[in-house]
Amino acid sequence: MTGPLLQVRGVETYYGKIQALRGVDLDVENGEIVALIGANGAGKSTLMMTICGSPRARSGAIRFDGSDITAAPTHQIMRSGIAQAPEGRRIFPRMSVMENLQMGAAVTDMTHFADDLERIFAMFPLLRKRSGQRGGTLSGGEQQMLAIARALMSRPRLLLLDEPSLGLAPIIVRQIFAAIRDLNRKQGLTVFLVEQNAYHALKLAHRGYVMVNGAIAMTGTGAELLAREDVRAAYLEGGHG
Amino acid sequence: MAAGPAPALAAAPAHSLRAGIIDALIAAFIALAIAAPIIGLRTVSLEGGLALTTRWGAVAIAVAVVFAGRLALTLLWWPRHKPARRDSAGRRLLARARDSGLAERAMLLLAPALLIFAIALPATPFADRYVLDIGILVLTYIMLGWGLNIVVGLAGLLDLGYVAFYAVGAYSYALLATHFGLSFWICLPLAGFLAAMWGLILGFPVLRLRGDYLAIVTLAFGEIIRIVLLNWYDLTNGPDGISRIPRPSFFGLEFDRGEGGFAAFFGIGYSSDHRIVFLYYLILALALLTNFVTLRLRRLPVGRAWEALREDEIACRSLGINTTATKLTAFATGAMFGGFAGSFFATRQGFISPESFVFLESALVLAIVVLGGLGSQIGVVIAALVMIGGFELFREFEQYRMLVFGFAIVLIMVWRPRGIIASRTPSIFLKERKSIGAESVGEGRG
Repeated sequence: MTGPLLQVRGVETYYGKIQALRGVDLDVENGEIVALIGANGAGKSTLMMTICGSPRARSGAIRFDGSDITAAPTHQIMRSGIAQAPEGRRIFPRMSVMENLQMGAAVTDMTHFADDLERIFAMFPLLRKRSGQRGGTLSGGEQQMLAIARALMSRPRLLLLDEPSLGLAPIIVRQIFAAIRDLNRKQGLTVFLVEQNAYHALKLAHRGYVMVNGAIAMTGTGAELLAREDVRAAYLEGGHG
Repeated sequence: MAAGPAPALAAAPAHSLRAGIIDALIAAFIALAIAAPIIGLRTVSLEGGLALTTRWGAVAIAVAVVFAGRLALTLLWWPRHKPARRDSAGRRLLARARDSGLAERAMLLLAPALLIFAIALPATPFADRYVLDIGILVLTYIMLGWGLNIVVGLAGLLDLGYVAFYAVGAYSYALLATHFGLSFWICLPLAGFLAAMWGLILGFPVLRLRGDYLAIVTLAFGEIIRIVLLNWYDLTNGPDGISRIPRPSFFGLEFDRGEGGFAAFFGIGYSSDHRIVFLYYLILALALLTNFVTLRLRRLPVGRAWEALREDEIACRSLGINTTATKLTAFATGAMFGGFAGSFFATRQGFISPESFVFLESALVLAIVVLGGLGSQIGVVIAALVMIGGFELFREFEQYRMLVFGFAIVLIMVWRPRGIIASRTPSIFLKERKSIGAESVGEGRG
């Protein structure tokens, strides 16, 4: 295979008249963890949503695995090997954990379901214990695990994570990030995550992008970005980590 | 109104008895004040104009019922149930969970019992024509309730114009049968199909709407259909309606006195009740079909997708679910059953007019679904029995019917905010839920 797994070129997205993304270029190589950090309202989530096709990019191109998905309908994008754990987790609160996982596998043929379930339960043993419980009764951290597990049920090649640490206690954040690292190392899953928690995200990621005002301002390896004075000043002072 | 009596329930029983009696007396006095003018005085028209008659006996009965009921509540019911109410939210949830567990167990027995009762009803001695007619009416509403439950209860799309599909089904059958002489059994699937098509037609423009906005558009849709039926005189005969709609046959046997009739074929004496019994079993079968299909669909991916759609549309899209197709199938499936019920209605009545398809019908079916507990199949049955049966029971007190009806709705919403059978507790509302426990979502906040 040639070229990156996910390639974003010159993407511009508008909400009505307001321009949210101003020509974003970004690559995610196969097997990488890539983090996108930035302040509130910088356009991080918009980029992630644009990759998923809602809202659509007004100009520019998004290619996944070599094929252009810029104009594909959302449900088709999400069937092509991309899975997302959306911001705010968005699990189905009144459906059981098991039903949530079944929904995750809805787009695949169900032949692998039992195997995948075992794999997920091995990764998040807690979910096995809770499998009959309603999603809404889980704690925030458990819900985040469920959201990731649900996304994994479709056997994605690229996992998109939108603010996986949002609203979680530091110890839970560490657990979630350890799970993501494991997924990447042991199963070779490519991960693209959007984070406000810059310290943890950059420690985890192979490479990082910093977004300011709807455009990519800096890029480098996680360690490089962490070491930069301006990054530290802008995103790390204030007691993260 | 349900302000608790004395808080000294756990204290000396003599004291609580006294407090209870005082409390019940107060309630009885209030009842007297209300009942005296409403029940006690009655106007009758005499030759010279209106005159008043009094019915103090009825007032006394009403007051006695209130007194006894209030006393019984104070002494027997509230002492046992009060503590759970005052406790922490957690305890309350536990108590409620236990309640719903109990309800579920009762439901397991209730459903087969109701089914056996429904099947055996025509054979019971008290099943005269009147009872069967009510049975048919109740079953029609159960079927409509189950059909609407797919759209509102499962997919979470609030539809206030469900009667439109009922009307489409009824007029489809009536027109096809009177113009082309097609039999009921051919028209039934056609009517369902046409109604489903109208479901799609409604579905497309409202795909992006939810909640209140969707409700308003569906409401308008229901009215549009009714007004078109009213004004398209050439096709629908307008307000005069369509009469002489053919009755259904039993495998080609008509229910008439003639040679080839049902009675003659089976060598039994002719009775006009045969048709009523047949219609009763027909609507029973149709309703059960609706239930069966719903229960099956619920276990299939499409049914799960409906429920997921009700829970969180954005999450659905992020999982690769085609929300457009999912919504449209929900609309079409629900509409199809509405169409079936409509063509049954037409063949049973023999006459239809736009009068039968007013907004009140949509509201009634929706009330059955909501009161029964959104998404609950057995809840719909109970609610339909209570509401339609109640309507009939109170037929003699025509003026008070709406009063009792409204009162019943208020009571149910106070005691069981999520419907009679709330064990599956789906909600039609979509909002930020974060980590709120499922048990505490959906009541009081909708």
